[in-house]
Amino acid sequence: MAAKNRYNKKADASIQRLQSSGREMRAIMIRLIDIHKEYDNGTKALKGINLRIEDGEFVFLVGPSGSGKSTIVKLLTAEITASKGRVIVNGYNLNNIRRWQIPHMRRTLGVIFQDFRLIEKKTVQGNLEFAMRTVGASGREMRKRIPYVLDLVGLEDKADAYPNEMSGGEQQRVAIARALVNNPRMIIADEPTGNLDPRRSLEIMTLLERINAMGTTMLVVTHERDLVNRFSKRVVAIKDGELIRDGQGGYYRA
Amino acid sequence: MRRFNLGYFIKEGFSSIFSHGLMSFAAVCMIVACLIIMGSFSLLAVNVDGMLSQLEEENEFLAYIDESFTPDQVRTLMEKIKQIDNVDPNGVTFITREQAKQDYLKGHETDGLYVNMPDEVLRDRFSIHVIDLEKFTETVEAVCALPGVANHRAENKVAEGFVTVRNAVTALAYVLIAILAAVSLFIISNTTRLAAFSRREEIAIMKMCGATDGFVRWPFIVEGLLLGLMGAAVAFFLQWGVYAAVGKALADSGATALFTLMEFSMIWKRVLAIFLLSGAAIGALGSGFAIRKFLQV
Ligand SMILES: Nc1ncnc2c1ncn2[C@@H]1O[C@H](COP(=O)(O)OP(=O)(O)O)[C@@H](O)[C@H]1O
Ligand SMILES: [Mg+2]
Repeated sequence: MAAKNRYNKKADASIQRLQSSGREMRAIMIRLIDIHKEYDNGTKALKGINLRIEDGEFVFLVGPSGSGKSTIVKLLTAEITASKGRVIVNGYNLNNIRRWQIPHMRRTLGVIFQDFRLIEKKTVQGNLEFAMRTVGASGREMRKRIPYVLDLVGLEDKADAYPNEMSGGEQQRVAIARALVNNPRMIIADEPTGNLDPRRSLEIMTLLERINAMGTTMLVVTHERDLVNRFSKRVVAIKDGELIRDGQGGYYRA
Repeated sequence: MRRFNLGYFIKEGFSSIFSHGLMSFAAVCMIVACLIIMGSFSLLAVNVDGMLSQLEEENEFLAYIDESFTPDQVRTLMEKIKQIDNVDPNGVTFITREQAKQDYLKGHETDGLYVNMPDEVLRDRFSIHVIDLEKFTETVEAVCALPGVANHRAENKVAEGFVTVRNAVTALAYVLIAILAAVSLFIISNTTRLAAFSRREEIAIMKMCGATDGFVRWPFIVEGLLLGLMGAAVAFFLQWGVYAAVGKALADSGATALFTLMEFSMIWKRVLAIFLLSGAAIGALGSGFAIRKFLQV
């Protein structure tokens, strides 16, 4: 993957430039500069968001329903583009990214959703192979990588199960395994526990924390206050499309 | 992409065909119907054209020369005729009246000497070969307008009728091919659109995992290609049967003296090649168009 390496080099260079006078020497994974987003129907979902997330961080993005959290996620995955402002993800400047570069940018991200988005007619193994084949992995790579990630999410004995034979918590673990399988630098989870009961939610969040501890940057979107307050992490709060609070070890307050 | 996974694309294309079998079946049937109608008209056009070129071989008329002309004048007249548009410069032959008389008498041995001899036999004449049958009448008129050409004899009304038929058949064939190609493209597009719609979640997941447009598109193009090729193969054998049946019907009705079909064995390679190419092109293009919309994720 010569192209990817080249872009990562370029990315590293731009990250160097972006880093402010040596406060911290960690690479910047996400940079949002004065982001505005107005949908075609006139809804102003984001009104001047500034955000900076560094390599290795665990960040909760919180806010009430309709505050613009999913809009931020869609901007970061290049599903939509900003009306105004700059979006930089993993060194890719999404304002002027070429169409053919978008897949390569997405391969540096793992994305997890509330509704799991698994392929129902494929087994767990099949779902993970599907994700790996998408980026051109060989059979040998799949045989090496898949048992490893299944073990990591605690599903080592579920490779041959179908999604509808599993609990919601297990299905979300499969989705986490799929997000991890292509070895991304960062995971973005949009309300990953929205469909789960509190105990499963805590298990999933603990798993994400463990994955973060192994080096993967983590951005977790949620509006579950109790859950956020159980972890002492950086909390970024938005409301009505505006950033209202951003603090380390923070609590999610109304 | 690290590897171009041909096996995967073909496998996905095949399984997609069977996952919505009815629509695929309908698409293949449409392609078969289109190719057969297209093929039948093309074969008709080819056959009429073949007959026409046979007629064109014999495409000659006679121009009689004024008796008062000297050999020098005849030579200049011949040059003038050769320069007329649509006259084959190598197909102008001067025939002396003696030669003509010999030729005539050969065919009339049983007649009384000179009794039925027409006047023209006693004139020198040119035999003139015309290149394009379509402009036969104009050419004859142009030759007759030259001073020194006294009269002419032409028997080519049949051939001219044929030209009209050939032109009509060819035009109709083109129009039909265009319409049917458009219809087939539309059908294939819809099949692909249906296939893509039923797999839109998989496509969205692929895109989310960083699939390139090409990776998403290939299985669908392979599917369209396979449908097109299947249609072409079926259409070829049906066309063969139709052609043989028409040939047999013509022979049975005794029309072969007027109208004989070319042997299918002489043209089957061309028919098969054209069918396969058209089928593949229609299939790949149709699905290629249809899938574009689903890539906007
Ligand atoms: N595709 C869309 N078209 C128009 N408006 C949208 C669209 N998606 C979201 N919105 C609106 O944008 C605002 C923010 O939505 P969203 O980002 O989904 O919020 P959250 O994820 O925080 O609940 C809401 O008012 C929502 O109705
Ligand atoms: Mg949301």
